[in-house]
Amino acid sequence: MAAKTSKTKTGPSKTRKAKPRPSDKDELLGLYRDMLLIRRFEERAGQLYGMGEIAGFCHLYIGQEAVVTGCKAVMEEGDQMITGYRAHGHSLACGMSPEEVMAELTGRAAGCSKGKGGSMHMFSTENRFYGGHGIVGAQVPIGAGLAFANKYHENGAVSLAFFGDGASNQGQVYEAFNMAKLWDLPVVFIIENNQYAMGTSVERASAETELHKRGISFEIEGHLVDGMNVLEVRDMAKMALDHARSGKGPIILEMKTYRYRGHSMSDPAKYRTRDEVTKTREESDPIEAVKARLLKEKWADEDQLKQIDKEIKDTVKAAADFAVETPEPEPSELWTDVLIEVEA
Amino acid sequence: MAIDIQMPALSPTMEEGTLAKWLVKEGDTVASGDVLAEIETDKATMEVEAVDEGTIGKLVVADGTEGVKVGAVIAQLLEEGESADDLPDASAKPAAKPSDDEKGDTDPGTAGPAHPENENADRDGSEGQAPVGKPVADDPAIPTNIKMVETTVRDALRDAMAEEMRRDETVFVMGEEVAEYQGAYKVTRELLQEFGAKRVVDTPITEYGFAGIGVGAAFGGLKPIVEFMTFNFAMQAIDHIINSAAKTLYMSGGQMRCPIVFRGPNGAASRVGAQHSQDYSAWYAHVPGLKVIAPYDSADAKGLLKAAIRDPNPVVFLEHELIYGESFDVPDMDDFLIPIGKAKIRREGSDVTITAHSRMVKFALEAAEILAGEGIDAEVIDLRTLRPLDTDTVIESVKKTNRIVCAEEGWGQHGVGAEIAAAVVAEAFDYLDAPPARVFQKDVPLPYAANLEAMSLPGTEDVVRAAKAVLYV
Ligand SMILES: Cc1ncc(C[n+]2csc(CCOP(=O)(O)OP(=O)(O)O)c2C)c(N)n1
Ligand SMILES: [Mg+2]
Repeated sequence: MAAKTSKTKTGPSKTRKAKPRPSDKDELLGLYRDMLLIRRFEERAGQLYGMGEIAGFCHLYIGQEAVVTGCKAVMEEGDQMITGYRAHGHSLACGMSPEEVMAELTGRAAGCSKGKGGSMHMFSTENRFYGGHGIVGAQVPIGAGLAFANKYHENGAVSLAFFGDGASNQGQVYEAFNMAKLWDLPVVFIIENNQYAMGTSVERASAETELHKRGISFEIEGHLVDGMNVLEVRDMAKMALDHARSGKGPIILEMKTYRYRGHSMSDPAKYRTRDEVTKTREESDPIEAVKARLLKEKWADEDQLKQIDKEIKDTVKAAADFAVETPEPEPSELWTDVLIEVEA
Repeated sequence: MAIDIQMPALSPTMEEGTLAKWLVKEGDTVASGDVLAEIETDKATMEVEAVDEGTIGKLVVADGTEGVKVGAVIAQLLEEGESADDLPDASAKPAAKPSDDEKGDTDPGTAGPAHPENENADRDGSEGQAPVGKPVADDPAIPTNIKMVETTVRDALRDAMAEEMRRDETVFVMGEEVAEYQGAYKVTRELLQEFGAKRVVDTPITEYGFAGIGVGAAFGGLKPIVEFMTFNFAMQAIDHIINSAAKTLYMSGGQMRCPIVFRGPNGAASRVGAQHSQDYSAWYAHVPGLKVIAPYDSADAKGLLKAAIRDPNPVVFLEHELIYGESFDVPDMDDFLIPIGKAKIRREGSDVTITAHSRMVKFALEAAEILAGEGIDAEVIDLRTLRPLDTDTVIESVKKTNRIVCAEEGWGQHGVGAEIAAAVVAEAFDYLDAPPARVFQKDVPLPYAANLEAMSLPGTEDVVRAAKAVLYV
């Protein structure tokens, strides 16, 4: 264990902030599209829920789009993502089609999980999206386990495990931190701090509210990131991915963000004021910020942006229509996928 | 073409609401995400946001209109280049509500109140009165001539906790969202106001940790009530429930007591998928050192929870989300306790015995009613407590009816029904005219799709079919 004690303390440092990389027109337009797709998709999902087409829980990602979009922008072929039940945005970011995600929401055979999972349980191994998990915190050790396999296979891939501020209090998170550092697993822990876990604010649930410091006693460095700024997310995610990929082990990014909607669909959100929500939307919306930049740099004009919005809306509308019209699973599907059949 | 804005459903069971207030007026331009109106349901006020952008052409439903059906057009939005004159008459349009047929979920398992994670989860999903079987007052635990008060299961549980907290200062409640949020399902409503933050404790999302703290507090002389938002999440904590709470009395040669109640909703909820819908009855009923209770109606919920809080042993108290909102009579008396370990005959009959617990009792009673219509006289036994299991009452019944159907919501293998069937075969073999039959959930994780979910969960029809099978009719 001598090697461990002699290691230089890394601790949390905000000084290692990556130097902001300039962004070009195409890249920024791409990020704009990606974020807007998530937002329009979620708005439509909310509407379908209101029409009774989606049932159960439906946790929307509106407000947090920059986090997953910025991370995905710098992920490499083979890198994996895993998250909790607020999973629609991550599914889309990983390249899953709006049709298969929406059809999962409506519980149809064409859904990414054949309609058997629902809102909280999106999966696509093809797109290296490992779910979609309903038990708060569970995705953190599982994400570290994906990294364990990557290291074992020496395939150079990194796993990104996303979890909430509320999840960051679960014990298994710290068991995972310890082993991830002990074995220097290539995993990036991304805390999506949207400041509330259902009705509980971070202050009411966490003794240490600076969540990026939660790795200190495991010697995992952590950074605070403005999760409403997609370029800052992109740069910090790049730095973190490089860190993990180079064999230095896990790293924590705390993304300060905000969820505009209720926790799930019918949460009237009495635990915060409408002013607080409005202020965040008006002053720090991640999509509006990129839009302003695009206009300022004259990389796009209002008409072009309107056209993009229209295209995305049409895509999402088509996905919604498809998801409502496509059939439910065959009754025989009830019995499939419980176990893999093994020849005797 | 103008876009119709419809009255949204804010939960799977909402059918209508009040359009409390418009926050936009005709002629306003709106963008996606703008708040258009406030809608009131019986419990909450919610905002309706714009999905499409455009100009408000017409507000079809006025401020303050009550009873607006879900799916009814409440406003019309003009897209670029349209004017209000182009609007077709919206009032003539029927509400676009999916028919029951399309929804495909006629199974009882898919009906119910909103979600546990929602503030207004206490919206009642039931219509009409749930079956009770024999009147509550017939219970030997209740003196005659006592006034009955109709109470929801939710409030009965709340009252039980409040009464015990008034009576005994060492009783306290802890769990996620139990205090300021008033409970994810509102079962702890107003406890914070009455008893304060010392005795109504909000925890972080750390089930393993707070279950352990609860056990330690019980060892230390307190009587904790630990609420799990649902028992699905108690799997994080099951180590403390079994290894720490259930076994320590024995391991310490009787020195260490653990008077604790672990409670919360158990079993299937509506359309929330496999990780949020599981019946743990058999899991806990398997473990020596625990008492396990799973009540059906409000009186049992109250009387048994009070008894559980007073019991010097660790008790697992399994509630059911889908009956929280149903109302039943509760005797209006100061200290209403139901003894732990006693089943209740909810309906007397001579042809076949049906056992059930928790929400399955409802289906058993409904089945008995249907069977009665066909001349079959079923006896329905509500187990109420799963450990200790009142096999005496069941055996006595079987000696009379000679046939038994054991119904439960959970999976069959190693289930509660398997245990009862084994007891009946062992102790009343000579009385049986047919092998015991069992009713249980399909042997798969609960699927999300409406049609598959409906196929998975057992209901009234399954009980009827099983009863006929043991009667060979
Ligand atoms: C083990 C467990 N406990 C409780 C819950 C219920 N629950 C679902 S989401 C949630 C809040 C989580 O908040 P956070 O981690 O901040 O994520 P966010 O919802 O803000 O994205 C809770 C308590 C659960 N799903 N799993
Ligand atoms: Mg959160």
